[in-house]
Amino acid sequence: MFKVEKEVTVANKQGLHARPAALFVQLVDKLNVSVTIQKEQEQINGKSIMALLTLGAQYGTVLKLIVQGEDLSQVQKALQAFEEFFGQQEEELNS
Amino acid sequence: MNEIVLKGIPASSGIAYGPAFILDKGEFIVPERVILEHEVDSEIARFEQAVNDTRHEIYFLKEKIKQDLGEKQAQIFDAYLLVLDDPALFEQVDQGIRQNKNAAEYIFLKVIKQHAQSFSKIKDEYLRERAGDLNDIAQRVLKHLMDESKLHDLDNLQDDLVIVAHNLSPSDAVSLYNKKIIAFVTDIGGPTSHTAIIAKSLGVPAVVGLKDSTLRITNDDYLIIDGQKGLVIIHPTQHTKEFYSKEHSQIRASLRRLEELKGLPAQTIDGKKIALLMNIGLANEVPSVKKFGAEGVGLYRTEFLYMNRLDLPTEEEQYQAYRQAVEVVSPYPVTIRTLDLGGDKFISSVQIPKEMSPFIFKTQLRAILRASAHGRVQLMYPMISGIGELRRANAILNEVKNNLHQEKIPFDSKIKVGVMMEVPSAVMTAEVLAKESDFFSIGTNDLIQYTLAVERVNEKTAHLYDPAHPAILRMIQKTVDAAHSEGIQVGVCGEMASDPTMALLLIGLRVDELSMSSSSILAIKKMVRSLRFSDIQSICQEAMQLTTGQEIQEFVLLQMQKLGVQ
Repeated sequence: MFKVEKEVTVANKQGLHARPAALFVQLVDKLNVSVTIQKEQEQINGKSIMALLTLGAQYGTVLKLIVQGEDLSQVQKALQAFEEFFGQQEEELNS
Repeated sequence: MNEIVLKGIPASSGIAYGPAFILDKGEFIVPERVILEHEVDSEIARFEQAVNDTRHEIYFLKEKIKQDLGEKQAQIFDAYLLVLDDPALFEQVDQGIRQNKNAAEYIFLKVIKQHAQSFSKIKDEYLRERAGDLNDIAQRVLKHLMDESKLHDLDNLQDDLVIVAHNLSPSDAVSLYNKKIIAFVTDIGGPTSHTAIIAKSLGVPAVVGLKDSTLRITNDDYLIIDGQKGLVIIHPTQHTKEFYSKEHSQIRASLRRLEELKGLPAQTIDGKKIALLMNIGLANEVPSVKKFGAEGVGLYRTEFLYMNRLDLPTEEEQYQAYRQAVEVVSPYPVTIRTLDLGGDKFISSVQIPKEMSPFIFKTQLRAILRASAHGRVQLMYPMISGIGELRRANAILNEVKNNLHQEKIPFDSKIKVGVMMEVPSAVMTAEVLAKESDFFSIGTNDLIQYTLAVERVNEKTAHLYDPAHPAILRMIQKTVDAAHSEGIQVGVCGEMASDPTMALLLIGLRVDELSMSSSSILAIKKMVRSLRFSDIQSICQEAMQLTTGQEIQEFVLLQMQKLGVQ
């Protein structure tokens, strides 16, 4: 079992917006990992679209990502996906 | 207890007496239902099954939208699917059922409401509005968890009650349609509110605009409703009861006399025939068209087909409904009004994404066109404000016609397409619209509202609602002149046509057809049969010289009395 924790700053100008959040959930849903996102004291299930959207993580918020899974490559995939979807600027995302 | 008399606005005539039922309006009524320990697992399984069924339903809907409207429009449903797959939702419902030992639907709605509340607190406007999507998803899942009819509390009502409500939405009114409601009483609303329309088609009295009736009446209070004078009497004395009992039998006697007119033509003494048609909204009103001797349906309000349900009516379902009406009413015409998707009439439990409007419109047009193969159908667009809108609607109609033609599905290729004249700008450009319309139908309820700046459901402005206002009569005259100079017919399908005084003016203004609720047809026929057309015309000409609605009403009434019309 691998457990990776990482702090990520939301770099997407729109925060955790609907479309990237949906893409993220769709992707991690297929992975055999558990994803927990922590914002200050609050922890949510990273596979829950409703929890993600209502977390209120705006541009610049620091989130702690906790991913656990049997397969390290899948764990890393989930971490990458988060950075990819929320770490980028929206312009790049739309292209 | 002392007798209390409340004065409101008369909305549908007649007299009724019975116990009050105060209608409290919640959004969904999902009752708590305690379950036993051994039922927990099956309750959770039931929830999972309902979510699964909803997922299939949405998947199917998404595919259909994708084919009809394209990928982009279908994307909204991806979000729905994600919510249905949300592990947090499952977890919370699962835990809720286990801990609270309550039914899946009750726990599910509680969880959804919590989420919707979190959404409504989000700063981002787009995300905040997604609370509405959650509501829609909730309804879809609930439909699979519960008996659909139980989602509306109105369905559990007992018979023979006077419904007292703050306001009745059109969909409430539809739920009440099959009940034995004996009268309606509401705090707000004017003489053309939906409560009034439904009460008239049910043939029961209604008093609206009472302001605080729901506070002054309590459940099971014995009430007398005087729909003629707009009175509601709480705890009537023996004396009052006797008075109304006499009044009631007189009304019944005069109704019986009217019945004798059923088979007779609506023709003036000097031989001018007036076409009297019926307004309908629901399938079970169709038989009344022949029963009351109406010469067709002047207004088929299709929005009722969309109410009190969680999905949209399919093309086939609409086709069957229209076809049934068309076949029964044949050889007379049925004028079907398309949905007004943007307007307030379209209030339903279905929340429809704006992108779907063209799809809904096309589906309805296909159903109407298909029904036109079975008799005389006329198609009518509501809320047209100018020629541009008419052309756009007609372009879509032509597209739908071409599709049907290619699919070799029969329809009346010469179907008449008309405009509902209910927006002042349409009336002001009637000459232009007449050139590209096959007929006009004046929707006086909205026309009066928009012209006189009177809100339809606002009891504070209801006294300003004045069908006899000289501006309204001039607008009608302008519409008739424009129609006749292009050789097309013009009807009136608003409530104005069902008031004998106003109907007289309409006939005098040379309106070709009057369409009204079934309960008014015989009274109007009686008026027509007791007058000469020449008298009607001269009364009308003189009335048009007067300067206020009140003067006009009083003048016409006086002339009618002089000529022996009651």
